[in-house]
Amino acid sequence: MSEHADTPDGKPIDRSIPSALADLFQEVILDHYRRPRNKGSLEEPTHTITMNNPLCGDVIELSLSVKADRIDDVRYEGRGCSISQAAVSMMTERLKGAKLGEARALSEKFTRLLHGEEDLQRDEKLGDLRALAGVSKFPVRIKCALLGFNCLDELVGEPAAGDREPGSGQGEQR
Amino acid sequence: MKTAVVAPPYDIDAVRQDFPILQERVNGQPLVYLDSAASSQRPRAVIDAIRQHYETSHANVHRGAHELSVRATEAYENARSCVAAHIGAEDAAEIVFVRGTTEAINLVAGSLGSTRFGPGDEILLTKMEHHSNIVPWQLLAERTGATLRFVDVSPEGRLVMDDYGRMLSERTRLVGVTHISNSLGVINPVKEIAALAHEAGALCLVDGAQAAPHLALDMGALGCDFYAFSGHKMCGPTGIGALWGRRAILEEMPPYQGGGEMIDSVTLEGSTWAPLPHKFEAGTPNIAGAVGLGAAIRYLEGVGLDAIRRYETELAGYALERLGEIEGLRIYGPADGRVGVLSFTYRDVHAHDLATILDQRGIAIRAGHHCNQPLMEHLGVDATARASLYLYNTPREVDALCEALHLAGELFCRTH
Ligand SMILES: Cc1ncc(COP(=O)(O)O)c(C=O)c1O
Repeated sequence: MSEHADTPDGKPIDRSIPSALADLFQEVILDHYRRPRNKGSLEEPTHTITMNNPLCGDVIELSLSVKADRIDDVRYEGRGCSISQAAVSMMTERLKGAKLGEARALSEKFTRLLHGEEDLQRDEKLGDLRALAGVSKFPVRIKCALLGFNCLDELVGEPAAGDREPGSGQGEQR
Repeated sequence: MKTAVVAPPYDIDAVRQDFPILQERVNGQPLVYLDSAASSQRPRAVIDAIRQHYETSHANVHRGAHELSVRATEAYENARSCVAAHIGAEDAAEIVFVRGTTEAINLVAGSLGSTRFGPGDEILLTKMEHHSNIVPWQLLAERTGATLRFVDVSPEGRLVMDDYGRMLSERTRLVGVTHISNSLGVINPVKEIAALAHEAGALCLVDGAQAAPHLALDMGALGCDFYAFSGHKMCGPTGIGALWGRRAILEEMPPYQGGGEMIDSVTLEGSTWAPLPHKFEAGTPNIAGAVGLGAAIRYLEGVGLDAIRRYETELAGYALERLGEIEGLRIYGPADGRVGVLSFTYRDVHAHDLATILDQRGIAIRAGHHCNQPLMEHLGVDATARASLYLYNTPREVDALCEALHLAGELFCRTH
């Protein structure tokens, strides 16, 4: 828009969108940010937890309905940046109908994706979450992308915990 | 082409040259530092003063009988006199060196605590206080049974002054207020508030963290009882700040911490306190920090506080105008009677996303609640982006900010 011709050091302004940013804020991410899936609360959750990121104020409340080792239904409430909110929305899509072991595996894979493991960008199990691979270039934003999964880990146990009892994390059970 | 009609009353290029960090490149771009409200940058004069202190004059203060200790003590006490003169204190003994604003307020709350406050007593704060002017009082209230009350903030972002009339009473023991809001940029009428507090028989503490960097101060004219500020927001080092207190009140107050430097004599049965200000400075102080703060004050005075204020006001006006042209951008805080601390939201782009995008353009802003959670709740936002201006910022940097905001708008509009 602007008529201002140059940057503070006198170079011409490059008005193109830097590719790292285009990779970070992919359209599918903005879509989940603006049209969140599974947002709301469950009438009778078996597990629920609220976590926040005290540094930036992002908040997510995750509710699961677990029946016989399977996630029957899932909802979340939350506020925050596009990365934290899109990631949790995408996560819930992958969780419906998943076994607890599968949920733990998803969490573990997603964490590896965020740390730059490129093979995982082709892993269909991750679904839309693959769009968050660009976060690996922005280390300070990794904690945003993980907030929803941190809730999940607390509720169904860390991936490394193997076959721990569901809900044996610190999440409050109802 | 719209050109900025901002005429600096000092040589802005020379000032920029004084700050080595401003030559840095960030993410391949020239640094545009718009986060001075969180912490300003340091001129070479401050960096040199600290280095020179360590290279030529360092030893512990008020102890040794040797030459270096004398030099260090002189440098430390000169810094105190420099702070005192800078803020119009009557007496250098009224300046207590602390780590920063946070420690200054904790000192007052901690020391006054049990002597001045009891159940039913009230502490009157405002809804725009930084957490550091809320939490120490909450802790005090828990200990003593005192109650906290809060003056409201108008939709425009000013204190609702009528609230003082309604809320001050003989129960009010202390009034705490920020001189300048770190989110809204508004300059509060602290002189008037101090007078109202005194009429009600209350003490008045002013949080000057955001004011000391920008305003010429005069404790005599301001009329408050305590004034707290941090060195790192006014071109000085981190870990040093000052509490100014009225001598008669400081004299009455018990020590805040116990240890070396703050005693007159110690026996196993008890101790007596050193005179002001040493009573409040237990342990080896931040000597080099104080020296750096003195150098920062001399630097700011060299450029001229009035000139800085004039330039910043124009620059803030330019920034408000340019930002105001951007569709979907909302600025918090009033249009005038403010400094260039500009909090805003932009369409539905979250503040953290904005900060990431701007960072790719080399532009440093702050995103979040700015340690103002109660205020954010009051404004009905979770987070804002905050660009803050200081003596070394330029209209061109404001333009770069606006350009980058357009980029953010484009990025977030691809799906629309
Ligand atoms: C208004 C206000 N008060 C207090 C503080 C706390 O200052 P410090 O962290 O230097 O103690 C700040 C700085 O963040 C501030 O802006």
